[in-house]
Amino acid sequence: MAKMNLLQAINNALITAMEDDEKVMVFGEDVGHFGGVFRATSNLQQKFGRDRCFNTPLTEQGIIGFANGLASQGSVPVAEIQFGDYIFPAFDQIVNETAKWRYRSGGQFSCGTLTIRTPYGGGIAGGHYHSQSPEAYFAHTPGMKIVIPRNPYQAKGLLLASIRDDNPVLFMEPKRLYRASVGDVPEDDFTLPLGKAEITKSGSDITLVAWGAQMEVLDKASELAQKEGIDAEVIDLRSILPWDADTVCESVVKTGRLLISHEAPLTGGFASEIAATVQDKCFLNLESPIARVCGLDTPYPLAHEKEYMPDHLKVFEAIKRTVHY
Amino acid sequence: MKDRNHLSNVGLVHEVSIIENGLIDIPMLQILQPDGTPHKKVTVPDIDQQLALKIYRTMRFVRVLDERMVAAQRQGRISFYLASTGEEAASVASAAALEPQDMIMSQYREQGALAFRGYSTEAFMNQMFSNEKEANKGRQMPIHYGDKALNFMTISSPLGTQIPQASGYAYGQKMAGNEAITICYFGEGAASEGDFHAGLNMAAVLHCPVIFFCRNNGYAISTPAEEQFAGDGIASRGLGYGVKTIRVDGNDSFAVYAATQQARAIALKENCPVLIEAMTYRLAAHSTSDDPTGYRSKEEEGKWQQKDPIARLGAWLKNKGWLDEEQENKDLEKMRQEVLQELKRVEKVPICKIDEIIEDVYDTPPWHLKEQLSELKKHMAKYPEAYPKTSGRL
Repeated sequence: MAKMNLLQAINNALITAMEDDEKVMVFGEDVGHFGGVFRATSNLQQKFGRDRCFNTPLTEQGIIGFANGLASQGSVPVAEIQFGDYIFPAFDQIVNETAKWRYRSGGQFSCGTLTIRTPYGGGIAGGHYHSQSPEAYFAHTPGMKIVIPRNPYQAKGLLLASIRDDNPVLFMEPKRLYRASVGDVPEDDFTLPLGKAEITKSGSDITLVAWGAQMEVLDKASELAQKEGIDAEVIDLRSILPWDADTVCESVVKTGRLLISHEAPLTGGFASEIAATVQDKCFLNLESPIARVCGLDTPYPLAHEKEYMPDHLKVFEAIKRTVHY
Repeated sequence: MKDRNHLSNVGLVHEVSIIENGLIDIPMLQILQPDGTPHKKVTVPDIDQQLALKIYRTMRFVRVLDERMVAAQRQGRISFYLASTGEEAASVASAAALEPQDMIMSQYREQGALAFRGYSTEAFMNQMFSNEKEANKGRQMPIHYGDKALNFMTISSPLGTQIPQASGYAYGQKMAGNEAITICYFGEGAASEGDFHAGLNMAAVLHCPVIFFCRNNGYAISTPAEEQFAGDGIASRGLGYGVKTIRVDGNDSFAVYAATQQARAIALKENCPVLIEAMTYRLAAHSTSDDPTGYRSKEEEGKWQQKDPIARLGAWLKNKGWLDEEQENKDLEKMRQEVLQELKRVEKVPICKIDEIIEDVYDTPPWHLKEQLSELKKHMAKYPEAYPKTSGRL
């Protein structure tokens, strides 16, 4: 075990993957000698050479197009999109190409070896274009997996699993936690399961579901609720697609109540999908309406960031409303 | 770290001197004249009789296939078709200059390249009828071929997406140490897409052994080339990206072959991309959903019929004494019969069982897809007559 922040854990996972398999290649804007604008790819070029870790021209559609071709050839690309907000020029390549490659070729070819890493989320005074959480757009795309870690340990285990999984994975990193989240991480190779949620705190009164940086917010809110005698069960979804409905539904059957929280805007956010599935599978177990505590349906604001965010106080209030419905 | 000087290669002038388009002359390589006679003092590529006849027969086969399938679409037997009439040399002669291990990433009008690789008439028909024998499991519209064994990447409809992909594929071939390159086909219309610019730039910067082969056929559906770009075709862009570039007569099999052969050697030896702009003309409609009489004249088409690539190579073969016309005409009739017979036989083959609908979305179907399939099958069992193609095999 070593103490690492989330960035160091990502960097460590990339080193582990590149040492383990020479087909792994890491590239994107500024990821080469400089090591990425956040330093997630520090020293990779020095360790593994310019052929395996390199800068690309500034073209997101090009990066993912190139990565798709490379993956279909049998290499194992780990492509970085510098900010989740800048992934949209690559939307066509991801939605129409990455995700459909295996299906449209009847399984003859695939982009299964591709992992796309991108930082997402707010809380860093980044305004519209350095703060968004675009997971729901991609959750609407059959063929993709979407994975979001909450801390350094999870980041290493889930990133290694994503790189080795034979499906294209969009790996979204909570950039607010890059340096803020520090924890023990095994230095050895290990993976954590994709498509599997984790109960991070068990409880009996209400189920709280989130992912990524929002898990810290749930933890804080759950502590506040505990002081008022409300015992919440907290679940980190970890994978948005495919997502672990079993774990969430089993918990809701036990608690009878559900709250889902994400930074992305409310309307059409992934909480809607979870709510729809849970009401379908657990209708008779529900004792109150499913609560969603999310970002507002506005572009991500700069000056009003604090007010926009679904913080622990908003979650706490929603917990009380749900429990006392 | 070394200091950079990105001005080191920039010369100076002392008067305002705005550079105009057209200052660089990009000529077109032509070996055979439209009547099939070689230009004087020209080097005819070193092609033996067998290869020359294979190119010729493949082009004729594709034209037969195109005529037959357009008719089949008109009869309502298939939903869609897209012919390559007039452009056969561009795809067939370029594919002829490649090695079987080279990857072909095509747009959708390169059935000639696929036929040259040995895709059978039956395989063409299976694909067109989306049946269960088709390698892509009937998941894409007619003409979206793909065949792993032939190193022919499955086609996708969105234009230009294959261009940066080809750069990536070629980079992987280089890293794996394969003696192989990637060829990427597209039209002059697709070259307006962002992916074209991304793909060429990345290939040049990242040293990818890839041939970008543009069929400049004058039209993107109804939009003529002069409404597509104002520069000197597509070739001029290659130079801007630092990509070695050549323009060829796309209706001259030998010009296409010679340029592609040399481009392949350069790409492999120097690990770099090469752009080929093949000047040709889409004598066919864009697809069976298009009617060119609304945007171009019969006279214009007539001029290009005079430059027909098949007739041109045929004339050369005949002059050379390599063509037995009587035999070739018998073979043509045989091709027609074979296409027709396979069409009739294959249209009876069933589509895949419904279980295939959730396969290949992921490596294995996740829970939600299994759940959805199970519900769908229950529903189909209740209303089998509404789903006649699959309800018999639930």
